[in-house]
Amino acid sequence: MPADFSSEKYKNILNPNMLWALVDCNNFYASCEELFRPDLKNKPIVVLSNNDGCIVARSKKAKELGIPMGEPEYKIRSFLKLHHVAVFSSNYALYGDISARVMQIIGDICPCEPYSIDEAFCQMEKSLVQNSFEVAKLIRDRIQKWVGITCSVGIAPSKTLAKLANHLAKKGHGICMLHPEQENFEDILKHIPVGEIWGIGKKQTEKLLRYSIKTAWDFKNTPEEWVQKHFTITGLKTLRELHGVSCIDIDFSDTPKSLICSRSFGVRIQSFQELLEAVSSFTVRGSERLRHKKLVASGMCVHIRTSPHAENCYRNTAGASFPYPLNDTKSMLPVAKGLLQQIYKENYYYMKAGILFYGILPVHGMQKNFLSLLDENKEQETEKLMLALDTINKRYGKRTIKFGAEGITSAAWHMKQEHKSSYDPQDLNHLPPVKL
Amino acid sequence: MKSSHILELIGMANDTSFPAEKDCLPLYLSTVQAGFPSPADDYIDKKINLHEFLVRNKSATFFLKAHGESMLGAGIYDGDLLIVDRSIEASHNKIVIAAIDGELTVKRLLRRARQVVLAPENPDYPEFDITHKEHVYIWGVVTYAIHKVQ
Repeated sequence: MPADFSSEKYKNILNPNMLWALVDCNNFYASCEELFRPDLKNKPIVVLSNNDGCIVARSKKAKELGIPMGEPEYKIRSFLKLHHVAVFSSNYALYGDISARVMQIIGDICPCEPYSIDEAFCQMEKSLVQNSFEVAKLIRDRIQKWVGITCSVGIAPSKTLAKLANHLAKKGHGICMLHPEQENFEDILKHIPVGEIWGIGKKQTEKLLRYSIKTAWDFKNTPEEWVQKHFTITGLKTLRELHGVSCIDIDFSDTPKSLICSRSFGVRIQSFQELLEAVSSFTVRGSERLRHKKLVASGMCVHIRTSPHAENCYRNTAGASFPYPLNDTKSMLPVAKGLLQQIYKENYYYMKAGILFYGILPVHGMQKNFLSLLDENKEQETEKLMLALDTINKRYGKRTIKFGAEGITSAAWHMKQEHKSSYDPQDLNHLPPVKL
Repeated sequence: MKSSHILELIGMANDTSFPAEKDCLPLYLSTVQAGFPSPADDYIDKKINLHEFLVRNKSATFFLKAHGESMLGAGIYDGDLLIVDRSIEASHNKIVIAAIDGELTVKRLLRRARQVVLAPENPDYPEFDITHKEHVYIWGVVTYAIHKVQ
């Protein structure tokens, strides 16, 4: 039974003044790795998750070889070798740099909300709607030329439809428009399995299939009351979006609420000392990021855990507030150590540790309490020290100067990154090479 | 008549790294006799941001590290930091980054009567005729080469 369109809530349906475009980079990580490596053009490339675990990105050619997403690398190692697949560890410095360029280019053309590292929703208002196809083409061509990354653009009156349009664009010519008013709308939706709709997860798909709702078209024609009853307000929003009513808001504020640094270890570790080195090192990285973004944190948590599949399974978290919001590593390290002492237990094989900063505020506008005022001179000294540290590490490469607590040996807990490309467009010591 | 030894003082050295704003160098406005800034110059009008000067289009500009000797004649040396702008059209006589034989390389792009070539600026190196080479493509246009002077 089709939904009732006469009601007030559908007033904005097919609002011709507003379209969403989803710009999504094709095979993003693999494309980044290929950018400075012409020898890998049109070759199979895979990128591995943290710790070289599973395949998280594949180039077009790698997909054609039938390499599945999420496959553990060790299971198909010989296959990868046999087909001369280029294997890379994740290089987030590189992906982050390329992503920032892509977002900047899109943002210069129209208002946009980055949705993930490689996709952004753009708003096409009145003036842009008329030529939305041309605007999409401009975005796509410019990203291709300026950054060297191919992307696809899906345009529709709602984000959910824009997502579907993007899938179609990837299969077609890179740009696709999807509108409930277009002639073949029904035909298109009938060919999209219900599980491919943005926001419909595995569980929901199973449930829908039990009710014989198999395609996006079936779902679109489900009564609102039924959807709300079985899939709450989230499901209802998805339904309305399929009708072309934009109702999913994504909230992106500039200041993150928290900042996390965590890793799985290259090998399981047992000793307090090694775990402390790892946690200290995450604290150093995290505080660097805070300083770089001119932020301070109100407190931090330390988290450790064994593998959830281990026979002896253990996980715990401890947190503490700082005396006042801060970002200097020196004051944080003793806090991190104290928290780890609270939760560390002997005789476990730890697989992962992490730190989280919470209560993040911009440095400016921060209220100094009397505790910090008492120590103003000392604080200025600390600020200078941190600035010197960051400047040296920026100029001479990451971790040129380290804190003793981070450990000086290449500890066992370091991430396995055996295939990492060394490129970092932001680091003078790791620029991509070019032959003269 | 002002003679050739007149210098324009455009900045003063300091030891912090660019490109943070606070690290920008002060720009003095008037031309001064070499070595003797006028007392009237003790105001600072605006600051030089080297990054802004060298990077015209932030999203399209990449820094690459050059290795080799094929472009000595163009003033590009082994170890130079190259500033490459991908948004600039690669036209005749531009120094470009090109992908040849699976490698990124720096050459001068020349369009001749019936030929497009990538030319080195060192007689010891060969020219590449890329007229009908489909696998060769231009990656970007070099705008600056930065090296420490000896």
